[in-house]
Amino acid sequence: MTELWQATAPIENLRKRAQIFAQIREFFAARDVLEVETPLMTSAAVSDPYIDTIECRYHPLPGQQEQARYLQSSPEYAMKRLLASGSGAIYQICKAFRNGECGRRHNPEFTMLEWYRPGFYHHQLMDEVEALVGPVIGMAGFQRISYNELFRQYLQLDLQTATVNELAAITRQHIDIQMDDDNRDNWLNLLMSHVIEPQLADKGAVFVYDYPASQAALSRIAEDDNGQPVACRFELFIAGVELANGYYELTDAAEQAKRFAKDIAQRQTEGLPLRPTDGLLVEALENGMPECAGVAMGLDRLVMLALGTEQISDVIALPFDRA
Amino acid sequence: MCVNFAVATVHLSLIYFEIDMANYASNQFKNGLKVMIESDPCSMVDVEFVKPGKGQAFTRVKLKNLLTGRTWERTFKSNETAESADVMDTDMEYLYSDGEMWHFMDPTSYEQVAADKTAIGDAHLWLKEQDKCQVTLWNNNPISVTPPNFVELEVIETDPGLKGDTAQGGSKPAKLQSGAVVRVPLFIEQGDVLKIDTRSGEYVSRA
Repeated sequence: MTELWQATAPIENLRKRAQIFAQIREFFAARDVLEVETPLMTSAAVSDPYIDTIECRYHPLPGQQEQARYLQSSPEYAMKRLLASGSGAIYQICKAFRNGECGRRHNPEFTMLEWYRPGFYHHQLMDEVEALVGPVIGMAGFQRISYNELFRQYLQLDLQTATVNELAAITRQHIDIQMDDDNRDNWLNLLMSHVIEPQLADKGAVFVYDYPASQAALSRIAEDDNGQPVACRFELFIAGVELANGYYELTDAAEQAKRFAKDIAQRQTEGLPLRPTDGLLVEALENGMPECAGVAMGLDRLVMLALGTEQISDVIALPFDRA
Repeated sequence: MCVNFAVATVHLSLIYFEIDMANYASNQFKNGLKVMIESDPCSMVDVEFVKPGKGQAFTRVKLKNLLTGRTWERTFKSNETAESADVMDTDMEYLYSDGEMWHFMDPTSYEQVAADKTAIGDAHLWLKEQDKCQVTLWNNNPISVTPPNFVELEVIETDPGLKGDTAQGGSKPAKLQSGAVVRVPLFIEQGDVLKIDTRSGEYVSRA
């Protein structure tokens, strides 16, 4: 009945997709944000332990002097090098690649929108995300809630005092899983994806901000109102779907090098693949990157939300199993 | 020396092969896969890949216990495996019931199996001799029976039919040859053969 040669996405969905992409480009043109392109095939790979890069091989001569290259999992490092090169505000719409990520809302090769705003901090960038996304999905009045408050509201959990064992115990009350783990963030992520996200399904658009400092990734760390260190990071959930991830960006080169080293150490401990980290990003930061906020957004999911579909294959013409 | 070494290598790879055959990795999970969970055979009803942008990947599976019928959700880590269950759905012919067991026959091999009360469940309400059913076997024993979606059964007992206007509506109970009681239109009479939808247990039409 369905043939593998055939597109999975109805052509009208692809029209809507093209329309949304045009709308995004108009949005940034009107705000004088420059569209850029950066390499898809890079010499360094992302350090995040739980993002697995797809490796490819470059040969200067057929079959000889093989070099490893990595399909980018996000254009973040390269775009930051552009910012340090003096680009000013920039955005990019590109393919990003992640090994093993295949499912209802995941395609190993997906389309990402990423943009950077020098002079913005993360709450200003949230305003801009809302201004872009709101009209596309026909929603307004995005809510904002801190990570700690979210866990207090949905799980009656005080993250400032909760121990790893308590987090594990609460997780096991909600989820049937066989897992032992000393990593606090793994339990938090499970609670977030399995217990909180589904409850956000009927809550419209919600920005979650002030992530635990241990989940800072490439955001700077500041103190919240209680004097606790928190990551200047936010995520946007719409109808319970994780749509965007943004930071008030880390600009400190030494701290950046430290975070790479920490990720590598975690990869070693957990037996995850080790790949070269991006020394050029550290050099760019040493040279000086403007203070800025940046955000990455899954465009396939944005189109899904605009169309009200549940499957990423409804908005990608030829998904992974037909690629 | 050399020969012994080679034999040992072959042996190890055979063991590895066997283990590999009996287990599914989480990325092989799909709807309909039959696996053993806590020593019960279960079927995967829904499989979802869950991964927060920065967090670990998991596979969330809706499982149905094939012995108890209970469905629930279980989350598997990406490196977790599940043991395959020797569960097979086979088309069989219903032969007869001796009151305690319901007997079925494989129409090609003539092999017979007997399902007990738990395995037969509500299916016995719709069984007519020689009808084809789907019998689910676990280690060659029946654990559930699915009757055809539509069966034709004779009415053995119902109040006398009303003459005249059949468009008037209304219904009454009728007992069928299999023992089931269904609601039927007023014009149905004893001896009529009815088409029944076994999924809803409802009258469809006269056969």
